[in-house]
Amino acid sequence: MAITLSASAADRIQKFLAQRGKGIGLRLGVRTSGCSGMAYTLEFVDETLPDDLSFESCGVTVLIDPKSLTFLDGTELDFVREGLNEGFKFNNPNVKNTCGCGESFNV
Amino acid sequence: MALLQIAEPGLCADPHQHRLAIGIDLGTTNSLVATVRSGSAAVLEDESGRALLPSVVRYMQDGSPQVGLEAQLRQSDDPHNTIVSVKRFMGRGLKDVQDAAATPYRFVDAPGMLRLETRAGVKSPVEVSADILKTLRGRAEAALGGELTGAVITVPAYFDDAQRQATKDAARLAGINVLRLLNEPTAAAIAYGLDNASQGTFCIFDLGGGTFDISILRLSQGIFEVVATNGDSKLGGDDFDERIYRWIVEQSGIADLSAGDARLLLSLARKAKEALTEKDETRITATLSSGTAVDRVLSAETFFMLTADLITKTLGPTRKALRDAGLGVDDIDGVVLVGGSTRMRHVRSAVAKFFQREPLTNLDPDQVVALGAAMQANMLAGNHRSDDWLLLDVIPLSLGLETMGGLVEKVIPRNATLPVTRAQDFTTFKDGQTAMSIHVLQGERELTGDCRSLARFELRGIPPMVAGAARIRVTFQVDADGLLSVSAHEQTSGVQATIEVKPSYGLGDDEIARMLQDSFTHAHHDMAARNLREQRVDGLRLLEATQAALDLDGWQLLSDTERVTIDRAMETLRVMLDGLDHVAIKRAADSLNRATAQFAARRMDASIQRALAGRRLEALEA
Repeated sequence: MAITLSASAADRIQKFLAQRGKGIGLRLGVRTSGCSGMAYTLEFVDETLPDDLSFESCGVTVLIDPKSLTFLDGTELDFVREGLNEGFKFNNPNVKNTCGCGESFNV
Repeated sequence: MALLQIAEPGLCADPHQHRLAIGIDLGTTNSLVATVRSGSAAVLEDESGRALLPSVVRYMQDGSPQVGLEAQLRQSDDPHNTIVSVKRFMGRGLKDVQDAAATPYRFVDAPGMLRLETRAGVKSPVEVSADILKTLRGRAEAALGGELTGAVITVPAYFDDAQRQATKDAARLAGINVLRLLNEPTAAAIAYGLDNASQGTFCIFDLGGGTFDISILRLSQGIFEVVATNGDSKLGGDDFDERIYRWIVEQSGIADLSAGDARLLLSLARKAKEALTEKDETRITATLSSGTAVDRVLSAETFFMLTADLITKTLGPTRKALRDAGLGVDDIDGVVLVGGSTRMRHVRSAVAKFFQREPLTNLDPDQVVALGAAMQANMLAGNHRSDDWLLLDVIPLSLGLETMGGLVEKVIPRNATLPVTRAQDFTTFKDGQTAMSIHVLQGERELTGDCRSLARFELRGIPPMVAGAARIRVTFQVDADGLLSVSAHEQTSGVQATIEVKPSYGLGDDEIARMLQDSFTHAHHDMAARNLREQRVDGLRLLEATQAALDLDGWQLLSDTERVTIDRAMETLRVMLDGLDHVAIKRAADSLNRATAQFAARRMDASIQRALAGRRLEALEA
């Protein structure tokens, strides 16, 4: 049971946190919305919540609520470049379908 | 799949609802686009990894525009159709461009703004700027993977209403939703996070490719006020290149350079300048088309000596800006360097020496303005909690309208924070006046002739009333971009007229500086002129009212001697009105008032008698 970060993702997150000047880590989550049922959330964390599960990957603290973890278990978060665009990508083994744009999915 | 960015806590966007916002630095020489991704502002690069887009547009045979480096490279082959530094023409008429003859363009004079004749047809500066903005928009959409919510575009602090409006029009033409226009120095200050301080006074030293701007900003309670601006619109990095170029030509004893060789040496000069920001000397080698070999070593010391006077030229306007602001170097809490030319070591050290403090330099001076604009855009698009900062800009010169006698009544004072709405009530001057001409002006002086005329419009359909009975509320509204709309509303009848002020042409930066300076030096003279005009208006009104009364019932109520006294007093006033002595006019008006006091009392009695005549007491009491 774990969430992992790729080296490039961890590197980026550390850089962003440093530039932001505050924050203790990264929060991953899932919420129900979007065209295929569920969508990922990706936010900075300024404070932990009581139920948070915490993972440590490549020196970055990753927080996730238990409910989201059931949909995200085994996910690797990667940072990629596609042409001029760059950003984070969820490699989630639980996903069955995604919508055309990939912004939402179901399991 | 779509790529995600890290959001601020609790601000994660729904799928397909990303609020993509960008900041654009639309520069005279180069333009940039930046955005905030995962909480950090960064400049967006093109496919070749270049951040700077030369602000050059070349129109092709088929009418399509070529923008940026490719256009810049063809500039000397195709000068008529390759437009550089179009920003200088934004919102300007042909007569505002002093060096029109020195440019290769075929200008077409047009009402409002000049036009440029190219092989793709006649283009306005707004269209040329829109082509630059379209390129940046395309780059941003490719990089962000979606449609933009909007952009913040920066403009020089001294840009007037016409130039701001032209910039906004260009953005609209490029399909960009403008969230706000932001002053360049203010954007630089935001990029350095100076707005996080509670207060302070900052100096923004901006030496670009071809222009030099100095701005002094005062921050208090989240408001950046532009206290003073100055600069030199013909001083920049290009002048430094030119010095090195001339040095090479002199040292190598070359005569009769071909255009191609001149271009080659100029580009080597530029490279040498860039090399000297790091190294103490650099070697310049080239083989000219004539076969002549050029091989010179330029030391940093020589370079500094060659360009020492250019540095001095930046300090003059800097000193002047401080003086205008009434500040000394000790009052400055921070100095920000903007523009690629501030990378030169001797520029930095001269600034440090002048201000007796190290300037802020840790951000890339080419990118500072775009980064600040991106941060502002990110906040305006709702991706950032706005309680952190709410940044406001101010209006650079007072806005007002003309009143009787050619006086300016200020409605919105200079340095009012934007957006702002102010209303003032005006009335009619003559009996039965049914229309009012509203003349909108910008400037600090008291008389209309000394201020800049922005627009005129008319309010018609005022019901006929005696002079002074109509209540006309004139409302000035300046939006967050510094653009003005004026409306007039007659309160009793409800007639209304509105104008969006799109002034015919703009004010130059020197002109704004001059107007401000003038308002101080002429304050005394202006007050006297205002007094004179006011007394004249009052005197004229008195003469007209007296004449009307005399015509009506003077023959009934006045003896011949009384009539002569009044006529004489009127004649004295008439003579005085043509003079320049406002005290004498006042005296003559007062004596006419005294001479007519008896007459006025009799008229009052007579009108009461007329009102009561033939009526029963009960009827009056009822």
